Amino acid sequence: MHNLTIAELVKGLQSKEFSSVELTEHFLARIAEFNPGYNAVITITADQALKAAAAADARLAEGNAPALCGVPLLHKDIFCTEGVRTSCGSRMLDNFIPPYSATVVENFEKAGAVMLGKTNMDEFAMGSSNETSFYGPVKNPWAIDSVPGGSSGGSAAAVAARLAPAATATDTGGSIRQPAALCGITGLKPTYGRVSRWGMIAFASSLDQAGPMARTAEDCALLLGCMASVDDKDSTSIDHPVADYTASLNDSMQGLKIGVPKEYFSEGLNPGTEKAVRQALADLEAQGAQLIDISLPNSGLSVPAYYVIAPAEASANLSRFDGVRYGYRCEDPKDLQDLYTRTRAEGFGEEVQRRILIGTYCLSAGYYDAYYGKAQQVRQLIRKDFAEAFKQVDVILGPTCPSPAFKFGAKGDDPVAMYLEDIYTIATNLAGLPGMSVPCGMVEGKPVGLQIIGNYFDEALMLNVAHQYQQVTDWHRQAPEGIA
Amino acid sequence: MSWDTVIGLEVHVQLATKTKIFSGASTAFGAEPNTQACAIDLAMPGTLPVLNKQAVHYAVMFGLAIDAEIGKESAFERKNYFYPDLPKGYQTTQLEKPIVGRGNVEIQLADGSTKTIRIHHAHLEEDAGKSLHEGDFRHGVSGIDLNRAGTPLIEIVSEPDMSSAEEAVAFAKKLHSIVTSIGICDGEMSQGSMRFDVNVSVKPRGSDILGTRTETKNLNSFKFMEEAIAREVERQIDLIEDGGTVVQETRLYNGETKTARSMRSKEEANDYRYFPCPDLLPVVVSDETIEELRRAMPELPDARQTRFVEQYALSEYDAGVLGADASMASYFETAAAASNNPKLAANWTTGELAARLNNEDLSIAKSPVSAEQLAGLIVRIADNSISGKMAKEVFDGIWSGEGSADEIIEKRGLKQVSDSGALEQMVAEVLTANPAMVDDYINSDEAKRKKKLGGFMGQIMKASKGQANPQQVNQILAKKLNELL
Amino acid sequence: MNIERSEIEKLATLARIAINDETISEVTARLSSVLELVDQLSAADTSAIENVANPLQATQRLREDEVAEINQREALQAIAPDTEAGLFLVPKVIE
Repeated sequence: MHNLTIAELVKGLQSKEFSSVELTEHFLARIAEFNPGYNAVITITADQALKAAAAADARLAEGNAPALCGVPLLHKDIFCTEGVRTSCGSRMLDNFIPPYSATVVENFEKAGAVMLGKTNMDEFAMGSSNETSFYGPVKNPWAIDSVPGGSSGGSAAAVAARLAPAATATDTGGSIRQPAALCGITGLKPTYGRVSRWGMIAFASSLDQAGPMARTAEDCALLLGCMASVDDKDSTSIDHPVADYTASLNDSMQGLKIGVPKEYFSEGLNPGTEKAVRQALADLEAQGAQLIDISLPNSGLSVPAYYVIAPAEASANLSRFDGVRYGYRCEDPKDLQDLYTRTRAEGFGEEVQRRILIGTYCLSAGYYDAYYGKAQQVRQLIRKDFAEAFKQVDVILGPTCPSPAFKFGAKGDDPVAMYLEDIYTIATNLAGLPGMSVPCGMVEGKPVGLQIIGNYFDEALMLNVAHQYQQVTDWHRQAPEGIA
Repeated sequence: MSWDTVIGLEVHVQLATKTKIFSGASTAFGAEPNTQACAIDLAMPGTLPVLNKQAVHYAVMFGLAIDAEIGKESAFERKNYFYPDLPKGYQTTQLEKPIVGRGNVEIQLADGSTKTIRIHHAHLEEDAGKSLHEGDFRHGVSGIDLNRAGTPLIEIVSEPDMSSAEEAVAFAKKLHSIVTSIGICDGEMSQGSMRFDVNVSVKPRGSDILGTRTETKNLNSFKFMEEAIAREVERQIDLIEDGGTVVQETRLYNGETKTARSMRSKEEANDYRYFPCPDLLPVVVSDETIEELRRAMPELPDARQTRFVEQYALSEYDAGVLGADASMASYFETAAAASNNPKLAANWTTGELAARLNNEDLSIAKSPVSAEQLAGLIVRIADNSISGKMAKEVFDGIWSGEGSADEIIEKRGLKQVSDSGALEQMVAEVLTANPAMVDDYINSDEAKRKKKLGGFMGQIMKASKGQANPQQVNQILAKKLNELL
Repeated sequence: MNIERSEIEKLATLARIAINDETISEVTARLSSVLELVDQLSAADTSAIENVANPLQATQRLREDEVAEINQREALQAIAPDTEAGLFLVPKVIE
């Protein structure tokens, strides 16, 4: 059952081939058996899941079940879940049980999905390797000594290891696409504002966006259809109709204009990764698409701009964690300043503290213009690059990340080496554009991701391209050793 | 050496919305601690702000009232600092693009002159909660109540155009008058609905160079503001004349001890690290909305004062007093209409009523005597049913809840006797009972007789227990005595 | 660019994060390396940039002024570190 796609599971549930309770038990059993090896799931909500599954079965029996009725999935632990601990991978929220749920969580509840538990993640989504989690690193099911990527490493590893057919994730600078690539699954970061941020713990508000992770583009289309909504509780959610993302999956690639940015194939790109991505481009060309060389001249500035804007916003977003109203509080504070400074020094991990300090620096008097002001201007340049490109092409394709999964600790000493992991993904966050990653090959036994970047609200076209690619390739069907 | 004083004000005005600026929690005053602080107000993780339309409209109305430029696209920023009453660790406020731009407020001074105070801008922001230092909780800690957190405010920032405490108070009162007149603030100073930060500096008379200023924060009464300014000006002058220098600092004034002190927590350099709030988008106010709000604007105090002079033939002074305060104006107009006697309505509203309210520290909204009840009293004064003296007694009765003027007059038998037959009888009896006085009257010369008339009057009022209509008694008495001459 | 140790201390104060002497030089080195990265921004020619708020030209939605939240103090304070008499308690606030 765990090798079936969501599309197949939905059919099986509706035709009563298996029940939601059976399915849920199956995945809970897999989590119990395999998760200790991966540390992908940090909270398992077995009782709640079985109850929800039974309710789903009842609705399925009635015959008017909603789209994902009875389908089990995992939520990244960044989404607030009423009554279920939501830690954001941090000691700061290790004891935090929210009295409300994120809109994303509610949307999936309405669609009848069954929550199996919550997935591990880099602390406050700050990281590209899942090494910053308070709950310890997640291991890549393809290579146990390697990182799964981050920050949605738990979700990616769980889907790759078939602990769930799908998981929710968030992407601020590549946190959906990079772990999807490193774990050999399909992940989509929608247009900024497509999915509500209500109840999703903020890292960098102008960049954060939630999206689905699954094994196929078709599944991502089904998931996005449920996940996306206009939400009155999120001022930045955009009032744009939610498409039926499955409707155009089978459209032909004939005449599709694919932009290939030269900046995404420059030095630093692993040759094996490049080869796999070039092959994927050739596969699509063979399906009738046209490859057009383009340039995104300001790409090189996206990482520095991101590492000003994201920490700046984070430095303010994380000020609320002060030990006063919820979350971690240090023992016996001697005065108010002690309460603040020790709570935050003990509650936040090293990387989070570092980013708060960087953000504080970039906003402080005398530096604001040179850093934050300048970074916002560069952000405009990056948007303009994409706007120019989309005048010529329908989608932009390239690698998701420069190389396959690296080993634990490989980039430990230098934060900048880690930051460059997101060199190809960060620009779309800065521009607010949608991007996805699709498995497109293997290097040294580890998966490679093909990135597809679309224009604003063009998720349906991106999913169409990905789906067509997955019709002629089987990278997305491969499973890590010992999983199938 | 003589000195010039330079004063600028920052005024926080709580907007009279039903809910918070960024959440749907109630703003009603006086609730149990933290019962009106929802997940958004508590800055729970993942919560997001959504802007209250009414708060935006109220801010625009203030802009229209002071003839200011309206920021058609304003934006919110985050002002970062840690304080337990500030749940997010930043205040959502406006800096670069405030909703209200430059405007003007005209103030009247005691000598009858007027002065224009320029408004630099006014912006929307959220209020903080409250830290309580003693109460129903264990010793040595502070309690945080976040009911007020997120209450919408406009902060009005003036230019340093005031040169005395009197001008600053006149300006503060004028703002109070404007915001209550247009209904965007309840004006309840004791509940913190309006709070003033006063920037004060001094410079040698005539100098163009501004001195170092201090900011005295959170003054919530006109009286405290006046005292705080006077003391601060004196302190700065003394300091400079003794060879010292004024330090730029934030000060707190204690109205009870009438002393001010520097705020300790401000010693460390503040760096608020303002940046645009990514959770909120640009706030666009359309021309149509502005025009709609302009059309629906309640009357402004200046216009109302002019109208009172024209419509009710009030003196400039009465019109000024009544027109400045929206609830007082409305009280007066109700009483004037119901009594059909604007002159008496104005006298009683600004006189007896205002004095009593002031004595008992009540706002006119809480007056025990309603405008309709006052009108009932005025009608009886005007138709001579009661004398001025009796009127005060009746007023007291209404104040203490005994009923309407007519009920009290009836119950206490205060009705004035205007029946000429009865009065003639009474006069005749008094004259008969006091032959000596009558003789004295007859033998006095013309000029003195008028004074002597008062003696008879007193006797008659005494005999009638004050209920005789004095004008009628006067006429009858004069007639009867003249017959004896 | 190199960041001074005293600056790190100032930042830590602003951000209310306790930094001990042992880690401060390590933090200083790492922050300097990140700042070196972001210093690449200074090379960008942004002279022709107009400030556009967001690419989708979206503007703020406004909420009707209606009470939509009920008192949830009990649930909200159930997860608070220290409360009494309905208040959140903190070490004495000195103004």
